[in-house]
Amino acid sequence: MVFLEFEKTLEDLQEQLEKAEETQSEGKVDMTETINQLSSIIEKETKNIYKNLTRWQRVQLSRHPERPYTLDYINHIISGFIELHGDRLVKDDKALVAGFGKVDNQTVCIIGHQKGRNTKQRQERNFGMANPEGYRKALRIMKLAEKFEVPIITLIDTPGAYPGIEAEERGQGEAIARNLMEMSVLKVPILCVVIGEGASGGALGIGVGDRVAMLEHTWYSVISPESCSSILWRNWEHKEEAAEALQLTAEDMLKNKLIDRVIKEPFGGAHRNPELACKNVKSEIKRFIRDYREMNADELVKNRVEKFGQMGVYHED
Amino acid sequence: MSWYKRLSEGIRTKTEDKKSTPDGLWHKCESCKIAISTKDFLSNLQVCPECGHHHKIDAESYFKILFDDQKFTKLFNNISPADPLNFQDTKKYKDRIEKAIANTKLNEAASAAIGKISGVKTVIAAMDFRFIGGSMSSAVGEILARAIDKATQETTPLIIISKSGGARMMEAAFSLMQMAKTSAKLAIYQKTGLPYISLLTNPTTGGVTASFAMLGDFNIAEPKALIGFAGPRVIKETIGKDLPQGFQSSEFLKEHGFIDFIVHRSDLKQKIGNLILLVGKKKVKSNT
Repeated sequence: MVFLEFEKTLEDLQEQLEKAEETQSEGKVDMTETINQLSSIIEKETKNIYKNLTRWQRVQLSRHPERPYTLDYINHIISGFIELHGDRLVKDDKALVAGFGKVDNQTVCIIGHQKGRNTKQRQERNFGMANPEGYRKALRIMKLAEKFEVPIITLIDTPGAYPGIEAEERGQGEAIARNLMEMSVLKVPILCVVIGEGASGGALGIGVGDRVAMLEHTWYSVISPESCSSILWRNWEHKEEAAEALQLTAEDMLKNKLIDRVIKEPFGGAHRNPELACKNVKSEIKRFIRDYREMNADELVKNRVEKFGQMGVYHED
Repeated sequence: MSWYKRLSEGIRTKTEDKKSTPDGLWHKCESCKIAISTKDFLSNLQVCPECGHHHKIDAESYFKILFDDQKFTKLFNNISPADPLNFQDTKKYKDRIEKAIANTKLNEAASAAIGKISGVKTVIAAMDFRFIGGSMSSAVGEILARAIDKATQETTPLIIISKSGGARMMEAAFSLMQMAKTSAKLAIYQKTGLPYISLLTNPTTGGVTASFAMLGDFNIAEPKALIGFAGPRVIKETIGKDLPQGFQSSEFLKEHGFIDFIVHRSDLKQKIGNLILLVGKKKVKSNT
């Protein structure tokens, strides 16, 4: 397992434990007591660390390299998944996957950012940073979902929409803008779940839903703490402060009424027990389908527009 | 004494020296540096007569340019920014707001007004760059949303004039959600069958480009405005290459199919008026 910088003590303890287990297996010395002791220390220390995570630590957890990604959730939750490719205009953007499948007996449309596990995949998936083609593919398939009267589930996990020359040439801004406008009036229920990073317009581009949920150790904001630090503090060193100031965790977002629900993660983060993480997301999807089954389409759209229309805090004299 | 001197244009102008309305008798063009009399400069709508550079102007100036006889009623100017996160970086957001209000005599980076263009009742919302870089806060989102609602309710054409660095970081996710809010309101406005004209001026970037600014039935721009989603510096750092000449200019966006036409400020009223008469008049219910 990959340990994060704030888990250094755990990493050391884990190493000691592994050594003890190795000695034990050699059969010369009885290490049972040491192993038990170490295990209980690890448990206590893990609890200690995870009891009081700072916002920056949660940002780090949201980017853990072993965290489940969109396709992992799809593999665990969706049966008979058929992936659909391409925006019918330019190409297929692999930073964003989309298709149809079933959650138990209910057909759903599922769309999500996809990151890569190794260097080759990361390059292929462009680190989960979609180009305009990705957003246009998403919209094309969401329109299909509307036509077939199938609920839409989006999984958000992106460090941002890709900032590149071609992305600008092909209208990154226009592609995201169009999704925001079209999603707000789609006549089928939309559930959005932030499963990792929710960076800015790139996240919101598939994030306009009737219900928006976030996994416990994820973040969602207008900018990453690093970029915020570099702009407002004029260097990269203030990312911890920036994370605090931005109030970007699931808990913050719920408190500020910008999302609707927080989904519990396995103790110590989704990567420590991906199956349980998938199970929790699946329950959330099933709950959503149950809650929105009877909703009339016009009412659905009206409520969605109102929901986003009410967001924001300002003075009025 | 330093060994090297920065020679790039504009880089040595301090923020406090940059003014949107020139005072004094002479005005030096930001672009070509030629001095012209302030009187001529103002009568030319702050466009340099020598090089055609369009200087930034405020929301009120656009209202005066566009509305018939310069007559209009201001809307929603009782809305001002709050500080929902108690945000502080090197400065307190509260202090930034106070300073912006004191310097600009405005309540926010967006204003709205209703009046007539070519005799047709029209709602205009416009942004002010002087107010924290024209950034989009909750209050800006609310002013725009109400302007869109007003146009929907009164069945009038709608114009939004963008001039913004993007979402306001000091309101974090609150500002992000204004993108969804304004776009959702525009989706409802679409049902009226009336035209939404989005005028993009220098600069229009970030979350503003990725929401209402790109959603016009007509996206039009002033010449040589910087328009883009990601800022040029970010793109340059990401790809590690120099950017092509004219990248992210109005002309570049028109060439790539995202702007319908580019309009000189002196033709603005006539062109917009013509558009409204061409496609917007039929469905306008009350014209008084």
